[in-house]
Amino acid sequence: MSTNVANLLYLVTIVTFILALHYLSSPAHARRGNQIGAAGMLLAIIVTWVRIGTTSWWAIALGMLLGGGFGAVAARKVKMTAMPQMVALFNGVGGGAAALIALAELHRILPEPGAPKVDISLAIVLSALIGSISFAGSMVAFAKLQELIQGRPITYPGQQFVNAALFLGSLAAGLVLVAGVQQQWLLWALVGGSLLFGVLFVLPIGGADMPVVISLLNAFTGLAVAASGFELENNVLIVSGMLVGASGTLLTLLMGRAMNRSIANVLFGAFGQVTVDATAAAEGAGGGTVRSASADDVAVMLAYAHKVVFVPGYGLAVAQAQHDVRQLADLLEAKGVEVTYAIHPVAGRMPGHMNVLLAEANVPYPQLKEMDEANPEFSRTDVAVVVGANDVVNPDARSNQGSPIYGMPILNVDDSQTVVVLKRSMNPGFAGIDNPLFYNPKTVMLFGDAKESITRLIQDVKAL
Amino acid sequence: MSHGTLLVFEVTILVLAIFLGFEVISKVPTLLHTPLMSGTNAIHGIVIVGAMIVLGLPHKDTFTWVVGFTAVVLASANVVGGFVVTDRMLEMFKKREPPRPVDPSRNGNPE
Repeated sequence: MSTNVANLLYLVTIVTFILALHYLSSPAHARRGNQIGAAGMLLAIIVTWVRIGTTSWWAIALGMLLGGGFGAVAARKVKMTAMPQMVALFNGVGGGAAALIALAELHRILPEPGAPKVDISLAIVLSALIGSISFAGSMVAFAKLQELIQGRPITYPGQQFVNAALFLGSLAAGLVLVAGVQQQWLLWALVGGSLLFGVLFVLPIGGADMPVVISLLNAFTGLAVAASGFELENNVLIVSGMLVGASGTLLTLLMGRAMNRSIANVLFGAFGQVTVDATAAAEGAGGGTVRSASADDVAVMLAYAHKVVFVPGYGLAVAQAQHDVRQLADLLEAKGVEVTYAIHPVAGRMPGHMNVLLAEANVPYPQLKEMDEANPEFSRTDVAVVVGANDVVNPDARSNQGSPIYGMPILNVDDSQTVVVLKRSMNPGFAGIDNPLFYNPKTVMLFGDAKESITRLIQDVKAL
Repeated sequence: MSHGTLLVFEVTILVLAIFLGFEVISKVPTLLHTPLMSGTNAIHGIVIVGAMIVLGLPHKDTFTWVVGFTAVVLASANVVGGFVVTDRMLEMFKKREPPRPVDPSRNGNPE
């Protein structure tokens, strides 16, 4: 196959990827788009296979079988609640592959006499650097989400300095390589430094900020792949990598905006440490009283309401209560209650996390309301049921300038007649910030595991 | 085509891809942000093309062989896992669930 024919076929692949993203504009045909993209990927693999010819075909086939087999099994078996870590994992391996390609290319061109072309070696260095950071960072994100290591920020004195030194050191090693100094140890310094930086850079970021981190790492892998495209002079890698880079960047910005925090603050602020301020705030608000209710009280409220809004948060995912919530909603709808779900953009551990969980529980997607759509509705809502959400409904974000989350747009559940908060205990939420919503006279608390509480509510509503 | 011309051409399509990416992705509703993430994850699995090229190089030493092979394994996991997970997710988004299986058969029966 000539290079021109191959490049034209790669162009077809590029078009299928663009269509895949285009079809994601509506849930009605999004799945078709994904299939078109997969077909395009298959085409690119076949074209590459034919171009390579018979060299090492068995090694390539074996590698594909191993990796593809693992990917297929992992993707089929994973629970929807574990989706964020699965996305982090697949993101990481992509970045890792880009970094390895850079290593092999560098190894190949270094012994050649004369300095390599600057743009090629720059691309190699960038994809090694970004790919390694993405790989290591995604693995740490995976471990945090899988709760292999603690989700709370891990900090130590001088952390920012160490991180900055590591990053600049790796970059410097890379630039010296580009300048034509052909030393193997520079290569290892580059890779080792950026791997370590990836680990240390994600470690201090708390679980609640994971949506931002995952989007950012997604963008990194895209950029690393685009850089691989420059290395190998391959258009399909450049365009696809850059599409992903643009997507990840846009999502990162959207998540930052949804929290009203700069990306720098998310990445370097180690948000979610239990600080002295938070304790002071808790004492200040602690004067109010908390009303606790029994499941049958809440069941009566729900069954005789006109409109009920569920507000899911990460606690819903942890308790795996999405199916039970759906069942409760069905029962209420059968009694003539209007039920919707209000979804905060950063609820959960990745962008859009709650939507996927509720879709898994067969909630029709027109019932899932975004924040802008949901907020005006609360004033005509009888009962808002907060399931495992905390910071995204914290009124301090509107009114308390001293609060760490001040300025973050929230779901105004306190506009509704009654707020029911399902919560394990009175412990402050992830960020260690007290929530005045719990002391609001409109609010009743239903303590216990979210799944058990919902199951009790289902029984009590049935018994009415 | 000289190397410089090729580079300018590549940079051109890179910049166009950035704008295209922002344009297409800004139309994706927040409802589908998770499938967008995992879908774009699958798309960067295209790195498999690069991994295959490295492993397919003639006359490679052990280092290149090992690195290339690992890259192919990782990239294949990325491609297959990415597309399968995205498909599983998108399959779940439904407008209205089909009516309960028992309902249609019972509807015709007199009370």
